[in-house]
Amino acid sequence: MKDLTANLAYESHSLTPGGHRLAPLEQLGLALCGVGFMVLLAGYFTASDVSSGVRAIWLGLAWGGVVSGTLLYGLHKHLSENAGVRNHGKTTESLTARGALGWILAVLLTAFYVVLYWFPEMFGGITRLHDPLSQALRGRPADHWFLYGTAYTVGTTIMGAKALAKYRHSRYQVVRTLVIMASQLVMAYLLPGFLASINQPEAYLTYFWPLAYENLFPGSIQGLMNRGAFGTFVVAWSFISIFVATPILTYFYGKRWYCSWVCGCGGLANTVGDSFRQISDKSLRAWQVERYTVYGVLVFIVLVTGLLWLEPYMPAYMHEPLYMLRKTYGFLIGMVLAGVVGVGAYPLMGTRVWCRFFCPMAAVLGIIQRFFSRFRITTNGGQCISCGNCSKYCEMGIDVRSYAQRGENIVRASCVGCGVCATVCPRGVLSLENGPTEDRLKGYTAPTQPVITKSVKRVAMR
Amino acid sequence: MSTRSIVILGNGITGITAARNIRKRSDDDRITVVSGETDHHFSRTALMYIFMGDMTYADTKPYEDGFWPKNRIELKRGWVDAIDTTATRLTFSNGDSLPYDELIIATGSQPNRLGWPGQDLQGVQGLYSLQDLESMEKLCPTTKRAVIAGGGLIGVEVAEMLLTRGIAVTFLVREKSFWGSVLPEGESKLVGREILRHGIDLSLQSEIQEILPDAAGRARAVKTKAGDEIPCEMVFLTAGVSPNIAVARAAGVECDRGVLVDEFFRTATPHVWAGGDCAQHRTVPAGRRPVEQVWYTGKLHGEHIAANICGESLPYQPGIWFNSAKFFDIEYQTYGTVLPKPRDGEQSFYWEHPDGDKSIRVNFRGDTGELVGVNVFGIRHRHLVWEHWIAAGTTVTEAMSDLGAANFDPEFFRQYEPEIVAAFNAAHPQSAATLRTRKGLFTRVFQRLFKSASPRGAVAVSAMTP
Repeated sequence: MKDLTANLAYESHSLTPGGHRLAPLEQLGLALCGVGFMVLLAGYFTASDVSSGVRAIWLGLAWGGVVSGTLLYGLHKHLSENAGVRNHGKTTESLTARGALGWILAVLLTAFYVVLYWFPEMFGGITRLHDPLSQALRGRPADHWFLYGTAYTVGTTIMGAKALAKYRHSRYQVVRTLVIMASQLVMAYLLPGFLASINQPEAYLTYFWPLAYENLFPGSIQGLMNRGAFGTFVVAWSFISIFVATPILTYFYGKRWYCSWVCGCGGLANTVGDSFRQISDKSLRAWQVERYTVYGVLVFIVLVTGLLWLEPYMPAYMHEPLYMLRKTYGFLIGMVLAGVVGVGAYPLMGTRVWCRFFCPMAAVLGIIQRFFSRFRITTNGGQCISCGNCSKYCEMGIDVRSYAQRGENIVRASCVGCGVCATVCPRGVLSLENGPTEDRLKGYTAPTQPVITKSVKRVAMR
Repeated sequence: MSTRSIVILGNGITGITAARNIRKRSDDDRITVVSGETDHHFSRTALMYIFMGDMTYADTKPYEDGFWPKNRIELKRGWVDAIDTTATRLTFSNGDSLPYDELIIATGSQPNRLGWPGQDLQGVQGLYSLQDLESMEKLCPTTKRAVIAGGGLIGVEVAEMLLTRGIAVTFLVREKSFWGSVLPEGESKLVGREILRHGIDLSLQSEIQEILPDAAGRARAVKTKAGDEIPCEMVFLTAGVSPNIAVARAAGVECDRGVLVDEFFRTATPHVWAGGDCAQHRTVPAGRRPVEQVWYTGKLHGEHIAANICGESLPYQPGIWFNSAKFFDIEYQTYGTVLPKPRDGEQSFYWEHPDGDKSIRVNFRGDTGELVGVNVFGIRHRHLVWEHWIAAGTTVTEAMSDLGAANFDPEFFRQYEPEIVAAFNAAHPQSAATLRTRKGLFTRVFQRLFKSASPRGAVAVSAMTP
């Protein structure tokens, strides 16, 4: 008889449903992270006469604590388990199931964005604390946007590392997470900083109009045209990115090449927000609402951009209302919906509230994906057992199961192609594929004589 | 057609599929679905995910609650005590009664209880219904070790569930290797390793003698046939399921192991139909079993019952067998027939990755080379492709050459077709295959430029070492 005490290690775990008892290293990690944040907050009291060296050390301690603590906690949590899908406790734990911790985090995130947009002086010395870093990177003192960009990038990077550990069994998720981390770090942080340091336009080349709505405003274009060759390049890229690159890439790969591989909003959602993806509303009603709001915002920004170009031909009394319209868009869409609601609601409405309900870039990509693209999520014959993991973990609130259980491929405008439905499926039913468009919508009908379509063969034999 | 009252007994996948498909065909029929288990249809397959906190019960409902009134499908909650097939009427345990014009019995299955002493003690259960899950929730907080008896798919699910609550698991399996009655040796050992890797105490060739009670009438230990006594607070009986037919049998509906049905799912009793786990085919379709208790057959049965009850004549032809499962972190798919030992005249090719967590077995006829079936572990394969290959009598050489077309793994995943085909060629040189791969644009341009001599779209791998 085997020694039955061999398994006693398991008995040291918590017995509460889904409860994850923290290992000592994880406790240490969270403590370090907390200390780091407190050091950062204490920076509020930094006086302007504190020397640059002191600030650098202080900042290093603050972010060092946050980064090392989060990595210690996140990596240990996932690497201490066998590789595989581990979503246990997501529906029972306070933070991820809209409990008290979730609400507290939502309030904190919302407050952060309110301060950032409307009361940035409230950051006080915390912004000053970032001066040495900003000087080193951009050759100028920090402002609250630099503080935000730093926090955003640190968050994407360290939580990206956690996501890498969590999804290490899926090479699709590993490659995708690495790319989206690099996209934020290089294209949306280091490169703009470097450009600023050499006195060039601080260009964010991975944000396209209509997401970066000012890119195609006549005022921004004129401003850039006066900034030399690089400014001209940025203007050219503003047009090429949305009118050439976007349709071509979306035709070949679907919306995902942008939303899940390049975009910073998607990057934040899939790293910092990964634990909240299951909260998205899957109801038919949410889908109905989403279609009005997301295309409504697209119409709004097209209108604003178009009118701004027509402004020179308008009578003078139109200038003030147009200015107000533009301000309204910036306030309502650019700040309230993209920031305050978009990120503040992570723990309450899921991670892609902005992307799903409001982002005009997602709307454009969605139209192309739905009607002119080779991308689809293929359903593998009749293997679906309707368990619902795919729908539950879809951050866009798509009821993936409703297609999969009918053997239909999934072709939806909103799908950002994160691939998590295919990752969590316990039966290998779903796969993200690009292939010929003719039989993209076709499904599987059992048990009539099946044929291997041209599409299947060409897709599969990579 | 005049308005009929169609009553469906059971809101599982068979009953619900029948209800939906009857409504698609008929606006007039009154459809009532009866269940004692839950108000609404949910996915039994997801029970484990509710327990582990991956999903809530609400998440397992494939249709929103508003779907049923919208489609005029009435849901009645209650346990049926008796069916009166002459008066065509159901009687419920609370005294209610419900008349029917057509009755569909879709009562599913129940965990096997093989007559062990103590099998009805508190803390002894199977995992099939939501009620089973509720009882697990109640007893797990006072459970340190559980014994799972019977090595099959449900047993593995229960083990995985218990581990998430920190409960130690002893797995008693009668066979020499895990699920050895279904899996060939290689796969069976692969699964066994996976079970051990997760810290389960896997005890092969071991059976329950009896379950011992404590003073309060709860299980306190399992005594095995070898005489060992394993202290535990819960015992899970997972040695398969059998058709849940007590009510049908009592009503005089002809039964064997299950309710006997013809190829149109009619029972011997007029106006009574049966399908899903509880049904047994009088004429067994080629390559299938008389009772098949899997999700998709339940769905197929429901579709067929709906068609036939609405006056179409749709005989059951389920086609090529397939199934899938997940053993902890290893996915499993099977298409066609793969028995633990190849049948006479069959040959079997088995490849296993050195890591021991991925494998493929292809069985084929020794004389013609025609495919018989395939088992895949740790690699996703394409249902459509294998179904077509097996149905069309494709040869193993042809299938090996096109193996890439069957791969369904996500992008960027390592593909093992070259290794698999090389190993196949080494083992079966008389049937050697040349793996076809799709050329990328650069290769094609390169070949065009330098007029490469190799045939279009083909690359030889037979030279590779296995």
